[in-house]
Amino acid sequence: MSQLIDIAALEDIPPQGARVVRTPQGCVAVFRTADDRVFALDDRCPHKGGPLSEGIVHGTSVTCPLHNWVFDMATGQAQGADSGAVATHAVRVEGGRILLNHTVLAQRNTA
Amino acid sequence: MTRKLVVIGAGMASGRMLEHLFDQAPGQWDVTLFNAEPRGNYNRLMLSPVLSGDKTYDQIVTHDTDWYLAQGVTCRFGEAVVGIDRGARIVHGARGPVEYDALVIATGSAPFIIPLPGHKLPGVVAYRDLEDTNAMIEASRPGATAVVIGGGLLGLEAAAGMAARGAEVTVIHLMGHLMERQLDPAAGYLLQRDLEKRGIRIHCKGATKAILGTDRVEAVLLEDGTTYPADLVCMAVGIRPETRLANDAGLEVARGITVDDQMRTSDPAIFALGECVEHDGQLFGLVAPLYDQAKVLAATLAGTPAAFMPLQTATKLKVTGCDLFSAGDFAEGPGREDIVFRDPGRGIYKRLILEGDRLIGAVMYGDTADGPWFFDKIRSGADITADRDTLIFGPAFAGGAQADPLAAVAALPPEAEICGCNGVCKGTIVTAIQGGAATLDAVRGLTKASASCGTCTGLVEQVMALTLGDGFAANANPPMCKCTDHTHEDVRRLIKSMGLKTIPAVMQDLGWKTVGGCASCRPALNYYLIADWPLEYRDDRQSRFVNERNHANIQKDGTYSVVPRMWGGVTTSAELRAIADAVDRYAVPMIKVTGGQRIDLLGVRKEDLPAIWSDFNQAGMVSGHAYAKGLRTVKTCVGTDFCRFGTQDSTGLGIRLEKLLWGSWTPAKVKLGVSGCPRNCAEATCKDIGVVCVDSGFQISVAGAAGMDVRETVPLLTVETEDEVCDVISAFVQLYREQARYLHRIYKWVDKVGLDWAREQVADPATRAGLIERFRLSQTIYQTDPWAEHAARPDEWAPVADLRLRAAE
Repeated sequence: MSQLIDIAALEDIPPQGARVVRTPQGCVAVFRTADDRVFALDDRCPHKGGPLSEGIVHGTSVTCPLHNWVFDMATGQAQGADSGAVATHAVRVEGGRILLNHTVLAQRNTA
Repeated sequence: MTRKLVVIGAGMASGRMLEHLFDQAPGQWDVTLFNAEPRGNYNRLMLSPVLSGDKTYDQIVTHDTDWYLAQGVTCRFGEAVVGIDRGARIVHGARGPVEYDALVIATGSAPFIIPLPGHKLPGVVAYRDLEDTNAMIEASRPGATAVVIGGGLLGLEAAAGMAARGAEVTVIHLMGHLMERQLDPAAGYLLQRDLEKRGIRIHCKGATKAILGTDRVEAVLLEDGTTYPADLVCMAVGIRPETRLANDAGLEVARGITVDDQMRTSDPAIFALGECVEHDGQLFGLVAPLYDQAKVLAATLAGTPAAFMPLQTATKLKVTGCDLFSAGDFAEGPGREDIVFRDPGRGIYKRLILEGDRLIGAVMYGDTADGPWFFDKIRSGADITADRDTLIFGPAFAGGAQADPLAAVAALPPEAEICGCNGVCKGTIVTAIQGGAATLDAVRGLTKASASCGTCTGLVEQVMALTLGDGFAANANPPMCKCTDHTHEDVRRLIKSMGLKTIPAVMQDLGWKTVGGCASCRPALNYYLIADWPLEYRDDRQSRFVNERNHANIQKDGTYSVVPRMWGGVTTSAELRAIADAVDRYAVPMIKVTGGQRIDLLGVRKEDLPAIWSDFNQAGMVSGHAYAKGLRTVKTCVGTDFCRFGTQDSTGLGIRLEKLLWGSWTPAKVKLGVSGCPRNCAEATCKDIGVVCVDSGFQISVAGAAGMDVRETVPLLTVETEDEVCDVISAFVQLYREQARYLHRIYKWVDKVGLDWAREQVADPATRAGLIERFRLSQTIYQTDPWAEHAARPDEWAPVADLRLRAAE
């Protein structure tokens, strides 16, 4: 049974936008799509560390603002010719609130 | 043995349940039916046709008092139930108690009323029952005004009904597009367009602030200050289960009355069905699952095993002429794929959502004939792998041969019309190609095919591909991005000729192949719409590249650089002090003088941006737009004021030009230089636009660059006065704004259109005046300091949550 943390209201994130959550292991970007789905990814592009939270959200993908790498927000996998992945975190919306899996607080091993 | 059944509520679900019960177990139950409305059961779904005048109340009655009497039901219509005594198994009606062996609660739902100021004024109605419908019919005389709050299914049916009776109707909808629970933005856009065609005004992203009026409703006020007059306000923002009786009786209630698969509540003698129940966490508003519940409950009461299993439901809007269909789950998501079909000319849009080898959702607009066929595939969960290629074409193509994209065009006879605007048939195009026209432009020039609205461009190219075979290079001018086959130029032309004013409109009418575009086309579309429709279009922040969204330049480490505007490169000691203070206050790691005569503060943290902007605003400085595809700097030399060679006041002219042009968005960055003499200390001749002052006046030259390409400017015009300089340059900038492809700087655009053509445009007095006027109009909207706007809302710039403290606990 995973523990969920209430981090914000869905309305706090603009559609096709993102907001950042600070955690002891760095920032997590929480995205909202045009149809109100929510995804949470580490806010760091594996290419050069770009803040994915500042990227353009299209469909369920986000494009890194620094060098245009595109990531599938559901899997964290880089799309197209690029390879690499960004960590994803379980997140969902319930009663208009965004709930994030507590494991983002736990110490992660540096893989 | 006859047992006693009491039913509370004579709605569609309870009516259907009793029908099944009397069929299956005649004589088994002695039924008493309470209904708060003074009548039996009518088909609530048909209230819309009653409102629009297509049907009368009598035509929508399903179970009247006579029917109930014939079945031996004791009807207690118009009598409210005041309480349930579960211990004694008695229902207390206002006019006396009734005992029961089994009780069915079918109280339905109540409309949700937002407690806005003024919501209790006479003239504010919900859209739930016959009384509401009659109130709307009464208020809908021709010339009356009505506002509907809520652009969902019910709200739109109310709006269409009142509009059909002659009222002037406005729909206020909080979300970005209509019926967002059933439709995606593209289908919502088509629906909005059709409703607008029948005179209904639609205001999306509209938050209602108050309902205004003294004795009765007079108008509706929105958060953004817009006011719509209203003789009647219909609030159709949603419904919630009517659970008061169940609550009072101590039954288990979540959002609705909790029931199990047999529709039994937490009390085994009490059942519930319809919109008042919650089953497995789910509420029900559409009629199909309610009828399923009725069937299950009738069986349970008849002693036959049955279980309720909620199935997918489909939605149709009951507004004549608006054909839409939505079923299943249409959200995007992991592992989900879309098949999209758009026929802009006929206003048709279809989208299928696949998950693995199954169809899980379908949204259709304009042509919904295949809806039931798709719905059946969704419900059955059939494997569609084999039909995938032709699936979107529906049953007519099911199982057919693989379609060759060119086959349909190849099969067309020579007299088939390809270009509707200009009446060009396939044979004419083939003849032109065989006569030597090898490019799209050449075919356009010879035949006029696709030269007007351009939606047939793809067809013309297919004819070319068929005729020329491998000799045809379709991609001479590549499409804007992978989301579309249109070039930037085509998109710009079509936005204007077809009057497209939103991003979803462009994507629908130009046949975009993706659902939400991409990071390449969205900023371009946002720019084109800003430039073409300054008054109507609303900037879409989420379609802006990070720098423009945050009004600062992002750096490699995720910090930002901030550049305040320094008009013509001139500053004051007070401004310098304010800059120095900001550097200290926000621990700015580096201060640098830019190539455009300004001061760059590098390494500012995102959450500090609103505060630093606020500080600069208070010192009288505004954004330098150093991040913008827009006017950046006007570099100057000191001119006549100090220079012994200066011929004119180049600094003053530079400041004047910057104050004229700042804040305007352009296809790419625009930099100007004004030099006071041909020594050119401001390096005006390698800018996008340069002015060199000479004794006789001002030489204006354009299309320089000092970036990836280094270019010297070429002379545009020489004029005599500063006023003329300002006129020519604002006309030229507007021409560029209206014509160029996004991200093309002026020199690239001039290479394409030719300097002579551009000069003719700005030299012609009438054309120049038109350009200047359109530029001024745009500036009235867009010449605002973005910093001021965002500094007022600092919360949006900070992290939404900080879990570091929580982790430490």
